[in-house]
Amino acid sequence: MIYYVISWILEILLIAVPLLVAVAYFTLAERKVIASIQRRRGPNVVGMWGLLQPLADGLKLLVKESILPSNSNTVLFVIAPILTFLLSLLGWAVIPFGEATVLSDLNIGLLYIFAVSSLGVYGIITSGWASNSKYAFLGALRSAAQMVSYEVSIGLIIISVLLCAGSLNLTKIIVAQESIWYIIPLFPVFLMFFISALAETNRAPFDLPEAEAELVAGYNVEYSAMGFALFFLGEYANILMMCALCSILFLGGWLPPFAFLPFTLIPGPLWFGLKVAFMAFAFIWIRAAYPRYRYDQLMRLGWKVFLPLSLAWVLFTAGILVGFDWYPLY
Amino acid sequence: MNIEALLFYIFSSIAIVSGIMVISSRNPMHSVLFLVLVFCNAAGLLILLEVEFLAMLFLVVYVGAIAVLFLFVVMMLNIRVTELNESILRYIPIGGLILLIFLFEILSVINGDLVPFFSSKLFLFESDNLILNQDLNIVFWTNQIDPTSNVEALGMVLYTYYVYAFIVASLILLVAMIGAILLTMRKRTNVRKQEIFDQVYGNINTKVRYVN
Repeated sequence: MIYYVISWILEILLIAVPLLVAVAYFTLAERKVIASIQRRRGPNVVGMWGLLQPLADGLKLLVKESILPSNSNTVLFVIAPILTFLLSLLGWAVIPFGEATVLSDLNIGLLYIFAVSSLGVYGIITSGWASNSKYAFLGALRSAAQMVSYEVSIGLIIISVLLCAGSLNLTKIIVAQESIWYIIPLFPVFLMFFISALAETNRAPFDLPEAEAELVAGYNVEYSAMGFALFFLGEYANILMMCALCSILFLGGWLPPFAFLPFTLIPGPLWFGLKVAFMAFAFIWIRAAYPRYRYDQLMRLGWKVFLPLSLAWVLFTAGILVGFDWYPLY
Repeated sequence: MNIEALLFYIFSSIAIVSGIMVISSRNPMHSVLFLVLVFCNAAGLLILLEVEFLAMLFLVVYVGAIAVLFLFVVMMLNIRVTELNESILRYIPIGGLILLIFLFEILSVINGDLVPFFSSKLFLFESDNLILNQDLNIVFWTNQIDPTSNVEALGMVLYTYYVYAFIVASLILLVAMIGAILLTMRKRTNVRKQEIFDQVYGNINTKVRYVN
């Protein structure tokens, strides 16, 4: 019994700790890539090529003073960042990193990820309300409305993928892509999923919740030190989660692009990591390249463009699958 | 005590306590958050019953969508902390009536199949588990189900035998949605709106005019 518990905890730590390291270096990668797009050097002082910069940042946030605003709702104010951070870690329990390399091979893994990501709104909305500040409140309202609206189209896109795969199990979805990655037959859906993922994680060009020109920094204005760090980690872990989901649903997870020799030498988890890194690079690239949307444009894109289009794609996919008798047998 | 029973007690006790907190907390925001906690624990109970698809739908629909809208409304309405003491007695008759109805429903569902007592051998426990023999007519319903996954089982039934009920339910929801939109929609005149289609399909000849 005790060994079981210890191995259980070790397994969880083996996912969570590398994830946190990945998040730390994702922030560094973001600063470096944006810097090179804008022809700057980026952080290059702490450590070799600035490689220790995220650790220095983390240490700084850890030793700073946590400020509790006097008029805030203290309990909710403290709970909100913890909730955001926890929920961003929860989804990783079902991500298959390689063949049979998964913490929990859930039958309904895709639905689980969807449920966890839909719970992510609560951390944001609670923090905005509990801080008792206008900027935080407006940021939280914007962010929550945005996440709820884009979740609809993400759900429909997930449905059209799982129609092709015939299962909600992430491992089975990847195995179903052995002959062809879903990015090729479902390319428009991939684009829609990518854009919705940008909006869902509040990234540029949809980073209205933290539009620094109008709202100082969105829902986390009042947070300092560890509270802010937890929000930051949660947000970036969510971005990586979306990248991982994108590479599982459309880029074939751990599968190599071609199943013959030079490609099959590289082990599966490495392919998965490469795909996630590529998607993360695309997230950063878009942040550096595009200006911010206006809020009504954002809502129009979500409800009037993506919702009908993704619904139509679900019907189209189902029609094709039934019409050509291609639906997967389970 | 095995781990499932332990989890059951944890989930159900948290659900009951936070259910009480929903109606007794003074701050409406706290009430909604406790309601969310009740939903989450109910989802946990559903997972213990091995109906994981329903549990996830519970989380997605109730927690992820409906409770968020609740929270929005409560936040936007700016309700002050309510005076609890003056109004609680007014709700006792109707609340008690509803409580009695629910109690009656639960008691009418519980019958000999579900309750292991009232037979010749009372409380027959060996090791951790309740022993099943013919005298004790307890039925573990979850073990009676075929080992297909939840989604397949539900889909098989929902889209074949109950297809008309399913379509009618969705039409009712559609009518409700259209009604809500109709009630809140008002046409405003003299508003300059952005015509995105027009903008996208314009070019320099149609959009730029030479002014002397």
